[in-house]
Amino acid sequence: MGLLDHLIILPVLIPFFVAVILLFPRFSASLPLQRAVTLSANLLLLLVALSLLLTIRQQGVQVYALGNWSAPFGIVLVADAFSALMVCLSAVLGLAVTLYACAGEDKTGVFFHPLIMFQLMGINGAFLTGDAFNLFVFFEVLLIASYSLMIHGGGKQRVQANIHYVFLNLIGSSLFLFALGTLYGTLGTLNFADMADKIPQLGANELLLTKSGALLLLAVFGLKAAMLPLHFWLPKAYSTTSTPVAALFAIMTKVGIYSIWRVHGVMFGDQAGELANIALPWLWPIAILTIVIGAIAVLASKSLRVLCSNLVIVSVGTLLVSICLNSQQATSAGIYYLVHSTIACAAMFLLAGLIQQQRGKAEDRFVSARAMPQAAKLGFIFVLLAIALIGMPPLSGFIGKALILQSVYSSSHMLWVWPAILVSGLISLVALSRAGSSLFWRSNGEKNSSALQAHPAQFLALAILVSLLPVMVIFGGAVTEYAELAAEQLNSGLSLQQLHEVSQR
Amino acid sequence: MELIYAVCVGFMSACGIFMMLRGHTFTLVIGLTLLSYAVNLFLFASGGLSIGAPAVLNGSEHYADPLPQALVLTAIVIGFAMTAFAVILAMRGRADLGNDHVDGEEPVDPLAREEKA
Repeated sequence: MGLLDHLIILPVLIPFFVAVILLFPRFSASLPLQRAVTLSANLLLLLVALSLLLTIRQQGVQVYALGNWSAPFGIVLVADAFSALMVCLSAVLGLAVTLYACAGEDKTGVFFHPLIMFQLMGINGAFLTGDAFNLFVFFEVLLIASYSLMIHGGGKQRVQANIHYVFLNLIGSSLFLFALGTLYGTLGTLNFADMADKIPQLGANELLLTKSGALLLLAVFGLKAAMLPLHFWLPKAYSTTSTPVAALFAIMTKVGIYSIWRVHGVMFGDQAGELANIALPWLWPIAILTIVIGAIAVLASKSLRVLCSNLVIVSVGTLLVSICLNSQQATSAGIYYLVHSTIACAAMFLLAGLIQQQRGKAEDRFVSARAMPQAAKLGFIFVLLAIALIGMPPLSGFIGKALILQSVYSSSHMLWVWPAILVSGLISLVALSRAGSSLFWRSNGEKNSSALQAHPAQFLALAILVSLLPVMVIFGGAVTEYAELAAEQLNSGLSLQQLHEVSQR
Repeated sequence: MELIYAVCVGFMSACGIFMMLRGHTFTLVIGLTLLSYAVNLFLFASGGLSIGAPAVLNGSEHYADPLPQALVLTAIVIGFAMTAFAVILAMRGRADLGNDHVDGEEPVDPLAREEKA
């Protein structure tokens, strides 16, 4: 076996080993060394993710059986086009975030770099795992890293927001285990492919139990994804934590969305027999309400980071809609929008950090303050990001939203979906214009010369993310084609038989 | 046996949830501990309860499902780590915020305020 056969497990192993190495005294004592190691590990991760992407595009779904134990009992990692795309996305985000943090935010506390690595390990593992129990394990890995990252640097506000976040997620983890126990009790397996095979064959006695387990899982994933009414922790958590961490967290809600897609969209999807689409009646109203309440909260936000957190909630609602639509076209549209919204929100968080840094005491609140030293540069990036987040042409937000709108065009749900998405776009336009004008134009005349200029590394990090938005438009054809492939592989699912065949190959 | 087991798990989760509904980190930690014990017992039972059956295949005809036991083992380890983190966070919160309420400040009871006035 060559190195290429082990490609799938590398996105989990690389961050793990790098994190452990970084904990050794020789490395943990020297910040420049830590930075160099983390950055190169991130570059390596990106390379691995890209080559995984290419392999899957050429050879189809890849399966990796750990320790060569075969599927329903052994642990398998499954990489299809969707999970590879998500791993790629997390690698890009990880690179940008560490680059940004290297400008000084990693100095505010200890062990920033190892924690980022553990976080990436958890995220990548959650995307790649092929069974529900390891999904739980990787969730815990990413959560415990996120608890510490969120409180990194300390401060009253962070501690308080972190208490909500940690306890809610701990309760969520208990519910997750209850759900897994219920599903194991009725299905006798936790492997995704095996579960999908067994769900249609359930006896009448077991239907109700399985259904309750599945809906309990929906609640847990909903908590991670911040769907209504489980979203109250998000604005405070995201707006009080440090800038790079907030940007990295842009992908955390997407882990929840990804799991809903995999479990409720596919496993309990059309092929599930009696239990087909059990989540849909719940998801429809939740999705629309998430958009509506998120949009109202966007209008009510008093600072840029809170506004951006609420935009994350709106994007979660939009993605839930594309899950509800339950067609391949909608799925591929959703995948495109997911990539776009993660990148755009993360970039906005980074920009908010720079604005906060340059405005002194006014931070990123929408009040008049002394002018920023680099207002022109930051303002230009702000306009670009606002256009992307609102969904105006020519940036990727427009294509993402247009694809979702198009996929609902011929169905009766158009009556709900079009107004929700379009009005939420209009509201973000209003809110972001207000935000931009008060941040950049309502200065009280004085020049803030003592404020910190943005570090080149910070600009570079921002540039990486911002430049991806036009790239997603220029190579729109290739990206949507890949999203269609991902949607096709996701929707067709994988049976245990196929799993064995692929792993034997 | 099934009935007693189910009642125990249910009672424990009910107690855990009751404790967690109070707004203080101390009761929250106690509630979480109870709930995670209930979860572990529940997971253990999900493979079916059997008496006198070893979990490992040792040649005997009669054996218990080993998978739930592996799951419980993992869940216990993770649960302990998480509870430890929660306790440390609660202590930090107590020190930083001056009280152990989850919102960082004790809510003012409107009735008590009226009485004072």
